[in-house]
Amino acid sequence: MGIASDALKNFKGFNLKNLPEVEPVSPGHRACQGCGEVLALRQAMKAIGTNAVVCSATGCMEIITSPFPQTAWRTPWLHVAFENAAAVVSGVESAFKAMNRKKIINQPNTIFVAYGGDGATADIGMQALSGALERGHNIIYFCFDNEAYMNTGIQRSSSTPFGASTTTSPAGKKSSGQSTWKKNMAEIAVAHGAPYVATATPAFPIDLMNKVKKASLVPGPAYIHIYSPCPTGWRCGIDESIEIARLAVQSKVFPLYEVIDGEYYLSRKVAKPKPVTEYFKPQRRFRHLTDAEVQYIQGRVDENYEKLLKKIVVEDKKKEKE
Amino acid sequence: MSKQIGIEVSLAVAEAVGLCDVDVVAAYPITPQTHIVEHLSELVADGHLDAEFVPVESEHSAMSACIGSSAAGARTFTSTCSQGYALMSELCYIASALRLPIVMAVANRALSAPINIWNDHADLMYARDTGWIQLISESGQEAVDMSILGFRIGEDKRVLLPVQVNLDGFTLSHFIEPLTIPDAADIKKFLPPYKPALRLDPDNPATLGPVGMPDIYTEARKAQDEALKASKPIIAEIFKEFGKQFGRHYNLVESYKAEDAETIIVIMGSIAQTAMTAVDHLRSQGKKVGIVRLRVFRPFPGAELFNAIKGAKNLVILDRVKSFGGGEISGPVALEIKSVLYDKQHHPKVGNFLVGLGGRDVTVQNFEEMVERVASAKIGDLPAYEFINVRE
Repeated sequence: MGIASDALKNFKGFNLKNLPEVEPVSPGHRACQGCGEVLALRQAMKAIGTNAVVCSATGCMEIITSPFPQTAWRTPWLHVAFENAAAVVSGVESAFKAMNRKKIINQPNTIFVAYGGDGATADIGMQALSGALERGHNIIYFCFDNEAYMNTGIQRSSSTPFGASTTTSPAGKKSSGQSTWKKNMAEIAVAHGAPYVATATPAFPIDLMNKVKKASLVPGPAYIHIYSPCPTGWRCGIDESIEIARLAVQSKVFPLYEVIDGEYYLSRKVAKPKPVTEYFKPQRRFRHLTDAEVQYIQGRVDENYEKLLKKIVVEDKKKEKE
Repeated sequence: MSKQIGIEVSLAVAEAVGLCDVDVVAAYPITPQTHIVEHLSELVADGHLDAEFVPVESEHSAMSACIGSSAAGARTFTSTCSQGYALMSELCYIASALRLPIVMAVANRALSAPINIWNDHADLMYARDTGWIQLISESGQEAVDMSILGFRIGEDKRVLLPVQVNLDGFTLSHFIEPLTIPDAADIKKFLPPYKPALRLDPDNPATLGPVGMPDIYTEARKAQDEALKASKPIIAEIFKEFGKQFGRHYNLVESYKAEDAETIIVIMGSIAQTAMTAVDHLRSQGKKVGIVRLRVFRPFPGAELFNAIKGAKNLVILDRVKSFGGGEISGPVALEIKSVLYDKQHHPKVGNFLVGLGGRDVTVQNFEEMVERVASAKIGDLPAYEFINVRE
């Protein structure tokens, strides 16, 4: 047992019948058609509710929700810069802690949220995130991973998958797109000893919302890595975001799991995995890949999935049925 | 009752910040600022100060956390210098634009390269255009008082701006001086609890730090400029109030034997104390020399400065950082003063000297030489600027 499993002992999750009606991120924002990221943000914030302070990194979710004098936010929301959402939320959480203790305010149950894209999380904001996780603030950090710098025009990040063509890892005569393997941020969060770490995707909304709810109950830092399709950057149809997110899970490219007090739980076992080619097919960012390259990727995906399975201590039978 | 004790200036600054009942301190260590934040963490550890001490992993995160904390409505303090300031500077622009009354003590230190931990005003001037109020201390007592004043000025509803309290690294921060630490009850009387105009409040949600399109960015910048300019008389007013309560009187611009002076040394920070010794010596020889010292660099007290120097034939302007590549301009202090003089009838001879860079000593003799150089020069003979005490 540990602080997270203690806090989650009597956890009651969401199901299709008890979804909260509250929409902390209101409609009318300026996201692209078919944006998987804003859908993930909406689901996550529905699970959080409005008794929260949200700190945003610079990025798509920041600009589409806050063009002055309009705002999509029904929670207090603060944007400061690109690389520091985790540090900003550390300050907010510390301020509430001190002011509640000193009876300046009486808001002891506020939830502190920070989020950033994959660039803001895995690249430029990695240090601030590491600091916040290590110091143990009672915060939730969401990485909305759309696998490149989409806000600036589809440049590669360290979270861009091997082989993907981006504007700074373009496929060409002498290049097959991104030449490095995707950085595993969830594992990096686990290595910090964060009491709650999970992966999620908006293709499985109940799973995503339950993970967010759990993160909000855990006293201490929680990290959720949310795979967020971007039709604009992935060169797929605007009606294909959810389908691709589902394929990412079904092909073992993006496995769904939780790490509670350092123990791994598989959220969704992939019994009959689909080949990665099926996942690649609707996305033009992968269309240049040769058979040999696809084979190499398939090998590494299988290998990584096996490695993950070895870490799973308990298989959550209930979830498997869901 | 206030008490006078022998104490290191850094510790006294921390004591003063503690007495201001600060809620959050987020800081990262850098020489020579360390003693300030070490002592604050001790005050928290010993239960003397009820605050959250956030030991962040960089200065960038220090200012980020301070912004989050101040936006949440907490009285917030940090301290840094030099490279640390440079690293956090991105956020300093944002702190002032968000109108957050964070107080930051800067134990002024040179910037790399070569790496140098000693005192000059490179970080002070790096911060010049960030929209913060900049107060500058000459003595340990001033550093203590400016720290208290920083909260009072910044949190004033008519101001709402962050305040940088500058004290010279080592030459001030590490000196042990007899200092008066004000009484907690007196500080409480002078500094009411911080009541933010707007905070991150789940019961009253607001969006802070939104996107500003071209149709609003200029207006936002203009509003910020007006706020900083409008703070000048309020700073003077609060200085007066402080004087009434604590008996220590401060002005935007301070003068020493300058009323009838033919030659005026214009200076900032703790080396003014050496300059005073030089002035006393020159006065004993019958030379009419005085000092004008800037206590506030932003907002720049142009009118007050002109008033203080208008009788002088010669100006000896000291800069403690080089602004590289300027044509006829050496340093930021001379730049300000020359622009104040441009539309005036009065055009004294101006000698601009770069002194005390990276901890280089500035002696009484140096001051006497600079005064002599300007006083004896013919109009047009003085170089645009000159490095003092430099080996060729």
